[in-house]
Amino acid sequence: MADVTTPPKDVFRLSMLIYDTRYRSLTIQAIFMILLMAGAAWLVDNTIHNLHALGKDFNYSFLWSRAGYDINQHFIEYNNDDTHGRAMLVGLMNTLFIALISCALATVFGVVAGVLRLSNNWIVRKLMSIYIEAFRNIPLLIWILVIFAVMTEAMPAPSAFRGENPTSSMWFGAVAVTNRGVYFPEPLFSRSLGNIDLGIFYVSTDLIAILIVLAASIYAYRRLGRHAEKVQNATGVRPVTWWKSALILIAPVLVLLIALGFHLGYPALKGFNFQGGIQARNSLIALWLALSIYTGAFIAEIVRAGIQAISRGQSEAAFALGLRPSRTMNLVILPQALRVIIPPMISEYLNITKNTSLAIAVGYMDLRATLGGITLNQTGRELEAMLLMMGIYLAISLIISGVMNLYNRSVKLKER
Amino acid sequence: MKTTVFLGIAASACLMAGAASAGTLDDVKQAGELKCGVTTGLAGFAAPDSNGVWQGFDVDYCRAVAAAVLGDPTKVKFVPTTGQTRFTALASGEVDMLARNTTWTFSRDVDLKFTFVGINYYDGQGFMVPKKLGVSSAKELDGATVCIQTGTTTELNLADYFKANNMKYEPVPIETNAEAQQQFLAGACDVYTTDRSGLAATRATFAKPDDYVVLPEVISKEPLGPLVRQGDDQWADVVRWVSNALVEGEDLGITSANIEELSKGTNNPEINRILGTDPGFGKMLGLDEQWAKRAIAANGNYGEIFAANLGESTPIGLSRGLNALWTQGGLQYSPPFR
Ligand SMILES: N[C@@H](CCC(=O)N[C@@H](CS)C(=O)NCC(=O)O)C(=O)O
Repeated sequence: MADVTTPPKDVFRLSMLIYDTRYRSLTIQAIFMILLMAGAAWLVDNTIHNLHALGKDFNYSFLWSRAGYDINQHFIEYNNDDTHGRAMLVGLMNTLFIALISCALATVFGVVAGVLRLSNNWIVRKLMSIYIEAFRNIPLLIWILVIFAVMTEAMPAPSAFRGENPTSSMWFGAVAVTNRGVYFPEPLFSRSLGNIDLGIFYVSTDLIAILIVLAASIYAYRRLGRHAEKVQNATGVRPVTWWKSALILIAPVLVLLIALGFHLGYPALKGFNFQGGIQARNSLIALWLALSIYTGAFIAEIVRAGIQAISRGQSEAAFALGLRPSRTMNLVILPQALRVIIPPMISEYLNITKNTSLAIAVGYMDLRATLGGITLNQTGRELEAMLLMMGIYLAISLIISGVMNLYNRSVKLKER
Repeated sequence: MKTTVFLGIAASACLMAGAASAGTLDDVKQAGELKCGVTTGLAGFAAPDSNGVWQGFDVDYCRAVAAAVLGDPTKVKFVPTTGQTRFTALASGEVDMLARNTTWTFSRDVDLKFTFVGINYYDGQGFMVPKKLGVSSAKELDGATVCIQTGTTTELNLADYFKANNMKYEPVPIETNAEAQQQFLAGACDVYTTDRSGLAATRATFAKPDDYVVLPEVISKEPLGPLVRQGDDQWADVVRWVSNALVEGEDLGITSANIEELSKGTNNPEINRILGTDPGFGKMLGLDEQWAKRAIAANGNYGEIFAANLGESTPIGLSRGLNALWTQGGLQYSPPFR
């Protein structure tokens, strides 16, 4: 007989939803989806019900009412007559600031430690291993508290700088390290161009002018470099450019600074505290160092892995061409390693940003301490404040990973 | 996005969970345990002693309520709360009542939806400084660094006070009294400000209390008292009348020493009503007739509780002041048991 079996008639039976592999995964997904929705519905219903039972409603009008509390570190004008919304903004900027400087310093620590961990020098290698293992394996919060405790317990009080024979003195007569933070000289302009009012905050025109001039200098410097390249390619001789580049980079800014009457405002002891200058509070320093050193240890491992992912043949080939080790690293290894390094780096940056919310432990007034702390507590708007805060952290994280992904794309191997 | 919102709602729903239950009194009876929110540690008000047993003025209030409701002053689960977490803990049902140096204010009562059942300590905010600073008045504090506990009325009063006096200050926000103490002793702040009772209590635990002074200024009114969730009137009544019974006990001379004697019956009808010799009040509250007797017997009347935890014979050494009975020029006064 013909060996063609007649295909079974395609009748659909309910049991096929479970036994037929074609449908099973769909069934499972559908069931899971329904459960998820039911769970969500239950939670929402429960929340509404309970809010109602407590006699509370859900609204954000508290953001426009007077905050009434003070915030020590604020990058935009703020006082206790401003609104909770503005206090939130102040907290947000503090969060972004600490995240930014921690990402930067963690990267420096991480790259240095990661490269040195592969060093040929035994001591250096081992020291780096110790750093990485010690910092990775002790919780971040403990590091924050330890650094904070050292800063407050071991540094002199401002009053120690007072009197005929003070027990403490400022470094270079300019920087005061106290148990309340470190005071630096601040840049001042005697012929300042003033501020521009952007509605929410002011922007210093001096800063903008300096940035514009710097950008222009860098652009000119790049042009010079490209020109030198061209000449080198054409004639084989690279023109001497170092003094020209130095001039281009430094002179314009210098002229501008002099024109603006740039000088330093030194911190000076007045009353209870140092006045003038810039104060980096202990909370900021503790958080900054702890976040950077801790995350730096993770980044170091990422960097090491990235470098080791490049086959040895590459560096051998580079050495064979006569490249010095440093140039081999910069020109051959790192550009390729970056491809491996960047994606995990994104998550380290995200970690830093989220970990900044530990700020409350040392009283750094970040978003969690303003919106999610004092505001929440004074207004009793737990649900609203928490949801808003989660939304903001989510938005920051998405923006960071978006930007880093763009950068990743730009250093990716360009396949031709 | 979806999942985060979902998780958020999940988290908040969990926070809100216990709140919907019917009656707190029934819940407490059923659990056989009173969950009482106290401080994380403030000597004299609420702090565990060397055996890990909670002791203090606020603690005794928790015990009195437990004695009245459950018949046993030890059936209390003490939940330490910070200035920031206390209200969420109460609103979410994590605790049945708060006895935690909490100031009765309009917004907490009306907007945060709590019911303050009375005032067990009339207080005001003050400042403490090291003596060597040479400061004798709060008006001299311009430019000072001030340690404050966040989530308190303290930080709002402080902002108002310095603004009104045209002075500047640097706030150092702190979570708990213990941290504040450490910062203050390390000299990281010049001034510690909180309720004056809290200052006295904190100062008493210092190694050298005499090196520190509490400045004379009182910059606010801080009526402290126990509170419960709004909307459960039966439970509010229980806690309110236990508090009243403690004050009335002092007023009528009912002490832990003579309470057995008095409960056999006296010729003062009010004592008889409180102690249940003349029955009726217990039933109205949803308790048995011995409730107030047990509450007073647990740690004594208001005066005894005050003297044992905060009074002049303790290291904290607070005088009764405003907290004396109304008959002795103070403000402590219970509505009649009638
Ligand atoms: N009465 C004020 C302040 C209450 C407060 O936080 N008091 C401090 C010191 S008096 C306290 O109890 N701290 C103990 C702790 O940190 O848990 C309020 O209700 O906001």
